Amino acid sequence: MTQTKIRRSILSQLIPGITSLAKRGLAGWLVLIGAILTLSIIVLTVVSPWVSPYNPSAINVGHPLLPPTSQYLFGTDDLGRDMFSRVISGGGIMLQVSILSVIVCFIIGVPLGLFSSHTGGVVDKFFNLIMDSVYAFPGLILAIALALVLGRGVINLALSIAVIYIPSYFRVIRSQVLSIKEMPYVEAANAAGAKRRTILARYILPNTIPSIVVVATVNFADAILTAAGLTFIGMGVNATVPDWGWDLSNGRQLLLSGNWWVIAFPGLMIILLALGFTLMGEGLSELLNPRLEQSGE
Amino acid sequence: MTLRTYIVSRILLTIPMIFILLTTVFLIMRVLPGDPVLLHFEKMEDPALIAAMRVRLGLDKPLLMQYFDYLFGLFRGDLGKSMQDYSSIGQQIFAAFPATLELAIFSMLIAILIGIFLGVESSKAYNSPKDHLIRVFGIVTYAIPVFFLGMILQMIFGIGLHWLPVGGRTYQNMVPTGLNVGPVHFSTGLYTVDSILEGNILKLGTALKYLFLPSLTLGLVLCGIFIRLTRSNMFETLRLDFVTAAKARGLKDSTVTYGYALRNAFLPVLTMMGLQFALLLGGAVLTETTFSWPGLGRYLVDRINFRDYTAIQGVVVVFGLFVALVSLAIDLLYAYLDPRIRL
Repeated sequence: MTQTKIRRSILSQLIPGITSLAKRGLAGWLVLIGAILTLSIIVLTVVSPWVSPYNPSAINVGHPLLPPTSQYLFGTDDLGRDMFSRVISGGGIMLQVSILSVIVCFIIGVPLGLFSSHTGGVVDKFFNLIMDSVYAFPGLILAIALALVLGRGVINLALSIAVIYIPSYFRVIRSQVLSIKEMPYVEAANAAGAKRRTILARYILPNTIPSIVVVATVNFADAILTAAGLTFIGMGVNATVPDWGWDLSNGRQLLLSGNWWVIAFPGLMIILLALGFTLMGEGLSELLNPRLEQSGE
Repeated sequence: MTLRTYIVSRILLTIPMIFILLTTVFLIMRVLPGDPVLLHFEKMEDPALIAAMRVRLGLDKPLLMQYFDYLFGLFRGDLGKSMQDYSSIGQQIFAAFPATLELAIFSMLIAILIGIFLGVESSKAYNSPKDHLIRVFGIVTYAIPVFFLGMILQMIFGIGLHWLPVGGRTYQNMVPTGLNVGPVHFSTGLYTVDSILEGNILKLGTALKYLFLPSLTLGLVLCGIFIRLTRSNMFETLRLDFVTAAKARGLKDSTVTYGYALRNAFLPVLTMMGLQFALLLGGAVLTETTFSWPGLGRYLVDRINFRDYTAIQGVVVVFGLFVALVSLAIDLLYAYLDPRIRL
């Protein structure tokens, strides 16, 4: 099989999701709505410096704790900062952290899964035991421990979050490889004397891509929620950059006196972003992997 | 494989997993770059003071010695001393544990009840608007940060309607004492159980009132996976012959669904409970912070604020052990309930 043909076969698996989404029933709509949600939030975050009405970090822009008005659409917080400006620019760190952690997971989890499952034997057993142990551990608590030791910063936060999701990639890759390994065309390539690296890269990896895409979208949503959780308990990147998780943590004290707007809008943004990725993952898993949905995984 | 050999081998398999877990925690907290004692002090501090703390906590010894101290300490139930005031971490964790256990039990219960009910409804209305609506509900609950959901519920039921308290475990003088018969004193630390043992309905009501919002928050976030699981399992079960036969005999629809079909679809739910437990404990840390629930999660966050690394290590270990033991228990229960596993 030539390189272009393989590429086409991957695309032909992915394209039905792109060309005729709406015709594919609920799953198609889920992907479409999810993609629109995430893309619009990413775009909003990128253009926020030019469109936000006030400086999101400037204090005393208005009186403290003003409810939403026409001048301050989402009200102001306890330091008189404009919540609307904070909401449209507050996704930056969360997006950076989640994108970076998905990349790290991908770079470590995929090769490790390929290597381990294709090697088999003791090596595979060893990695499998390690990955199972990490997988069984409460993710957020592991991330807390790591983030605490590694210290603050986008990269450290992303690494702490990545560690808890590497097993998901490893396991999906592993189960795929174990079934693909037995396929006649892989056996044929083996018999024809193809190198192991060639078989892994050309014959096995392309077939695992649909599953990896699904895991990655779910991973995105999880990473966003974990990043928000870490920020909420005071382990975020820093308090000077506007961030939804930080606003929620700050708003927890203000909520008791009825200042709902300080938490409502940042919280809604986190939901929309996580929901966007979850919907995409949900739809994609049904479109690319129909069996997965039926078994309830 | 007999049931006994299964149980023995499953228990033996737990030992290396716990060992890996303990080692991983040690590697993260002590071996990764970043000296816990220096991190604790953050800013420059008197070197003599720093050295004194190292000696008192045994952190001046070689790493390998520290590792064995840590393992043997755990074996004796000793989790070390706090960096803040050298108090026993084990005692503090022991005191906070029942609150987390109670929250975990009730939220799991709520997640399963909501999950099974909506899952059954969804499977009965397969591919209808109702089914889609329930599925979307499951997806949305998954995407809500648990602490945000908690705050919304606090806002509505606590601050808005004044129906339920927004935080804490009970009133000051409403802490149940447990069973007191003559000199015999027995309490579990679970306020609901203790108030029943004490025979005090008022205290039970109060405890439940305080417990309701935190468990509902955590339960709602977890219910999505149970909806999905029940839906796909019931979808298959409801089309089996024995269900048709039961219906043909004129049994009520609800009896057939919940009494006959659901019984068959329950084992996967049990497995999922084990898998979801780790997620639940992660969520508990955030829920406890939101509701000022005095459990392990809040203790953890509290220790983070004091940069109390020895205590943090202790809590992380206990969380890990808790998950390992619960998943062991669920696997054993599964083996007992499902005879196929013995074959």
